[in-house]
Amino acid sequence: MGDPTTNDSYNDSTENEVHIQKWDLEIKPQSSVFDLHLKDVWAYRDLLWLLVRRDFVSFYKQTIFGPLWFFIQPIFTTLIFTFIFSNLAKISTNSAPAPLFYMAGTVAWNYFADSLTKTSTVFKDNAPIFGKVYFPRLIMPVSIVFSNLVKFGVQFILFIILMVYYLFLGNKVEPNLYILLFPVIIILMAILGLGIGLIITAATTKYRDLAFVVTFGIQLLMYATPVIYPLSAAPVKYRTIIALNPMSGLIETFRYGFLGTGKFYFGVFIYSVVASILIFLIGLIVFNKVEKNFVDTV
Amino acid sequence: MSDIAIKVENLSKAYQLGDFGTGSLTTDIERWWALMRGKEDPFLKIGETNDRTAKGTSDIVWSLKDINFDINEGDSVGIIGRNGAGKSTLLKLLSRVTSPTTGNIKVKGRIASLLEVGTGFHPELTGAENIFLNGAIMGMSKREIKKKFDEIVDFAGVERYIGTPVKRYSSGMYVRLAFAVAAYLDSEILIVDEVLAVGDADFQKKCLGKMGEVSKGEGRTILFVSHNMGSIIQLCNKGILLNNGTISLSSDIFSVVNKYLASNQSLNSSYIKPIKSDECLIEINEIQLRNLNKESISSFKYSEPILIDINLGVNQLVTNSSIFLTILDGQKNRVFSAEKNIIEGQSNYILTIEEKFLTSGRYSLQIFTHVPAVKRYYELEDVCHFEVIDDGSIFIKYGEYKHGSVFGRYTWD
Repeated sequence: MGDPTTNDSYNDSTENEVHIQKWDLEIKPQSSVFDLHLKDVWAYRDLLWLLVRRDFVSFYKQTIFGPLWFFIQPIFTTLIFTFIFSNLAKISTNSAPAPLFYMAGTVAWNYFADSLTKTSTVFKDNAPIFGKVYFPRLIMPVSIVFSNLVKFGVQFILFIILMVYYLFLGNKVEPNLYILLFPVIIILMAILGLGIGLIITAATTKYRDLAFVVTFGIQLLMYATPVIYPLSAAPVKYRTIIALNPMSGLIETFRYGFLGTGKFYFGVFIYSVVASILIFLIGLIVFNKVEKNFVDTV
Repeated sequence: MSDIAIKVENLSKAYQLGDFGTGSLTTDIERWWALMRGKEDPFLKIGETNDRTAKGTSDIVWSLKDINFDINEGDSVGIIGRNGAGKSTLLKLLSRVTSPTTGNIKVKGRIASLLEVGTGFHPELTGAENIFLNGAIMGMSKREIKKKFDEIVDFAGVERYIGTPVKRYSSGMYVRLAFAVAAYLDSEILIVDEVLAVGDADFQKKCLGKMGEVSKGEGRTILFVSHNMGSIIQLCNKGILLNNGTISLSSDIFSVVNKYLASNQSLNSSYIKPIKSDECLIEINEIQLRNLNKESISSFKYSEPILIDINLGVNQLVTNSSIFLTILDGQKNRVFSAEKNIIEGQSNYILTIEEKFLTSGRYSLQIFTHVPAVKRYYELEDVCHFEVIDDGSIFIKYGEYKHGSVFGRYTWD
């Protein structure tokens, strides 16, 4: 080749081609706020199921009654609530059978509350694992929610049995079309509990203060939610405040669909939907921001 | 030229020292405010190198500072350094457990990191269940694990206990099972921290063998951190020496190990006579341990001779006087002794211990000047500590197993 310039440029381009390499992974200090690694989470879905299985299996290992223990808690809570709030305090249940009313409330509330409290300590509880191996951190809290869903599923069967029993007896139990919202409510309760839990766990990696609030806060929150009373039984001036709690719309709708007591508050329900999704998204973003470096501070 | 598997550019990691308490919220707000105005983080500027022995003035310490290196596909790289040199931080960054403060790492292929064996093992679950769980945590799919399940169980040698909760395993069985899962990971890059410190010699040998097989046979890239120079030399072809968070040498494994040994002065290998000491007729002024290049060092390779350089102060020559020197092993047992008559006018004596004689381990000296069976003049007990590191004897494959203090001279027929 006579022309040195063309020769040079030819060489340059091949050299560039050799050096341009496709990287599978780039580890950088900061990434975009909205990069949520959801593809990674999907790639690790097998781990999700194994973790759910682990929680379920390890719960009843070395017990005699096994999964039956899932029934004990709602049965006793229902008995005590019926005794205190219905028999002693005479709080209205909107003419629904009291045990059924309370069981609907506690089963749904426990699902939400357990999802929240367990996910709110996910960084602290899993620091030893998170400090040693990488997998999408979101897998852990999501697996907790699924584990609670399994527990809820078992307890829900108990609720259905009780409901059929009262239907059979001819009590005032009137399931209606709003029952179709059930799957939506389950998902919303999950993402609401998860969302709040993620925000709290992200904050507690550095400031442990919030962890103390959660333990008693969740108990108090139950009384600010129509679990042991119907929304209609609350004084009118407090109803708006109670409805500001996104769980209120969900529990009310859940109970209305299955028992037919009270009524469907359209505005409250829509508010719950929007608030849950919003909190969930904020939780995801905050969690993702913190997960990269939490090992250094937890 | 083979492709680059890991490319590290300007990598730094800062840690905050001390406690996070009431003050940290205001610090965070200040920091956030500075970042919002597009300014530099005010708390990162006052950084210092990571020397844990010196007291610093700020709360920020750079565990790694501006690290650059490339690792080619198929290389097995030993990462060496003193405690706190930044080895573990580097591994943590590479395995994405935490993220860098500045700089970036580019990786080609899947990384599996083994910073600890048995991460995520649940004591209540059976061995089989834990294989699946642990494998999934390491990034394997259920199908992959199922395919390798029998091999894993076989490698761990726990077939009989596979249906038993791991809380009833002996600690040895537990580790074997955990390592077995990791050994069968299907990743292009394997990162291993000092996990071989556990398990018996037999299993350690098996692990080293398996890792060697992985790097040489399957062409995978391995990063290996260990304080055991023997296993590093056996396993790795490249080395990176870290010192206070910076790379002090990145080269082939032998030069890196040499430099590390030369810089490793934690053992006090020399003796210098204190200024205030009792007068005596034949004193020992100074003892230095040197290599062939006359450098004074404390870590010797098995393949190099050890020169013991003794300087005497002869105040008055006594007839029949001599130096009597004994090498002590780590348990202070006498390995062998050497004697030398003191010659008039000569104050320097060099004893050369031939190469390939002492086995790996720690040694020290016992030395005195005397007239045999009459009088000892100057006596030193347990001075000049040094270590010998196996860099390729026939016994290196047995790792830490203590096969004796010296290499025997023998023949087989």
